[in-house]
Amino acid sequence: MEKRENNIKSRREFFRKAGRITLAVPLLSIPALLAKKAYSEVYVWQIDPYKCTACGLCKTSCVLTPSAVKCTNAYEMCGYCDFCPGFLRQGARAYDTGAENQLCPVGAIKRKFVEEPYFEYTIDEELCDACGKCVQACSDFGNGSLHLQIMHGLCVNCNQCRIARVCPSDAIKRVPADVPYMSKDLNKSITRKGAAQTKKTES
Amino acid sequence: MLHKQKRLKVKYLNSKGKMIKKYSRYLPYFLIAVMLIWHSVLYAQQMRYPRPEFETQYTYPEYQYNYQRAPYWEYLDVAVLIAALSITSWLVIKKRSRQGIMWVSVFSLAYFGFYRQGCICAVGSIQNVSLALFNSDYSIPLSALLFFLIPLIFALFSGRVFCAGVCPLGAIQELTGFKKVKVNPKLEAVLGAIPYVYLGLAVLYSAVGSQFIICRYDPFVGIFRLGGPYTIIIFGALLLITGIYINRPYCRYLCPYGVLQGFFSRFSWKHLTITPAECRNCRLCEPSCPYGVILPSDNLKNTEVTEIGRKMKLIYGALILMMGLSLAYFFYNTAPLLARMDKRVSLAREIRLEKEKGIKAVSEAAQAFNESARTEEELFEEEVAVINRFRAGAPWVGLFLGLSLGIRFYRRIIRHPRTEYEPDRGRCVSCGKCFEYCPVKIKTE
Repeated sequence: MEKRENNIKSRREFFRKAGRITLAVPLLSIPALLAKKAYSEVYVWQIDPYKCTACGLCKTSCVLTPSAVKCTNAYEMCGYCDFCPGFLRQGARAYDTGAENQLCPVGAIKRKFVEEPYFEYTIDEELCDACGKCVQACSDFGNGSLHLQIMHGLCVNCNQCRIARVCPSDAIKRVPADVPYMSKDLNKSITRKGAAQTKKTES
Repeated sequence: MLHKQKRLKVKYLNSKGKMIKKYSRYLPYFLIAVMLIWHSVLYAQQMRYPRPEFETQYTYPEYQYNYQRAPYWEYLDVAVLIAALSITSWLVIKKRSRQGIMWVSVFSLAYFGFYRQGCICAVGSIQNVSLALFNSDYSIPLSALLFFLIPLIFALFSGRVFCAGVCPLGAIQELTGFKKVKVNPKLEAVLGAIPYVYLGLAVLYSAVGSQFIICRYDPFVGIFRLGGPYTIIIFGALLLITGIYINRPYCRYLCPYGVLQGFFSRFSWKHLTITPAECRNCRLCEPSCPYGVILPSDNLKNTEVTEIGRKMKLIYGALILMMGLSLAYFFYNTAPLLARMDKRVSLAREIRLEKEKGIKAVSEAAQAFNESARTEEELFEEEVAVINRFRAGAPWVGLFLGLSLGIRFYRRIIRHPRTEYEPDRGRCVSCGKCFEYCPVKIKTE
């Protein structure tokens, strides 16, 4: 009979050790399984403007109040119309820029004269609450240049975006953080490198 | 006269026939032109007005786009996680300092909770992992994978130190648990089964690619973000108010990650001990634990330890297996019911009701569907595919639930005699409240 040093003090300790090994195996196999798929790139949520129906759920469903979604204008698509369907309400009594004639409930669309007969429309993001009324009107009666985008300065990048869960047209998807915007403006590819400055060039 | 007319008619017909013949070769060109023009009409449905040609020196305004923080910040989070876990392990096992653990809790609540706004968290990362394991088209963010793995690896080394002070959800409850009311052990056992169900369902819903229910019903994320849907904030507030008396209610009765932590902590290499040296069976620590996880020693009380024979063990084993199989069968049959919570399935049901019974589909999703170009057949096909995925996954959830709950029940029946007071490794969150109750002190250099 050989004399064996008994390291294992009790049965319980043995089971503990055995369990530790059996649990470590699947735990370490998970990264092995996912190694190919894991990416170090960060993905963020964004609205595909061509799928978006501007239903207004972005306003109410975002975890932030006001929503991280804002309206933007694709300037190179915009018609610079004098009578902008996104700016003026349908059937407005008078043809002027009074608050009662504006479509935007919070007055976030700013109108500026450029030259005869063109007007520039910009969005005040501080005011915009992503109700989507102007977006709907612009795509129904105008050029469709107004569209909703998730603003990444505000978005907290939830694991499961609450708007994406309720979005009726599945327009919200994950995009690489380097190209975080899906602008309707075809001439502009907006990447992190060309990070936008908020400076506006005067006419 | 008649003859003349006939000739004229023939002549006329002839000329008409020639006309058709003459122009018929242009027909394909004409059709193509119509097609192209009509295509441009479709395209121009949005570009109704031409782009203005400015005469003044007008330039387009710059976009006001702004960006997420740079990706390397994610790795700072992982580094902070590892550091916090290491410090907590040291505090729990070596230093035995309840106060230190509290300070780590304060830091975690501030950093992972209020600064990182409760995202990313290890609890939610279960879903990213299960979605990535069962869906080939989803690639998991590396930080989510690390947030899932690292706390479990630490649990294998030093118990549930993640729960003790690093998890922001645990920390907010730890810091607001002032009183301690002990819960009846039987009630505790029943309520303690809920996390298993929650874990099973969370894995199922994320594995079929439906939704992330843990994130959806995360009670404290609204508090961390200082805003959100009021229902969730009220739920979080109720949990905190309950938590003043019944400490850590979310961790004990809901948290799905706690179940995994428990599995790994049960087999941990080192673990928190109530006494720093040898237990004197003085019973002073008995009332210290607010979670009732201190397992009493059998040295003093001559509690009858029920011996279970080999035959009974076999019977129990068979019962547990049967429970697993029957729950698997039950879940297989309830899969279509579970699938109703899926967005695609509920839309398909709504559309079908409208089609068959004339109940108008009014939801936003139905309106968007009617506006879209998708056909009903496509939708119904997708519905069947989703239900099939649920059917494939649900029995495994049932089996898991049956086996784990059966083993839980079995563990309540059998009892190994103990010579010391020791924490139940699966349920102890290593909060360190029992440290100061132990009169045994060791000299510290």
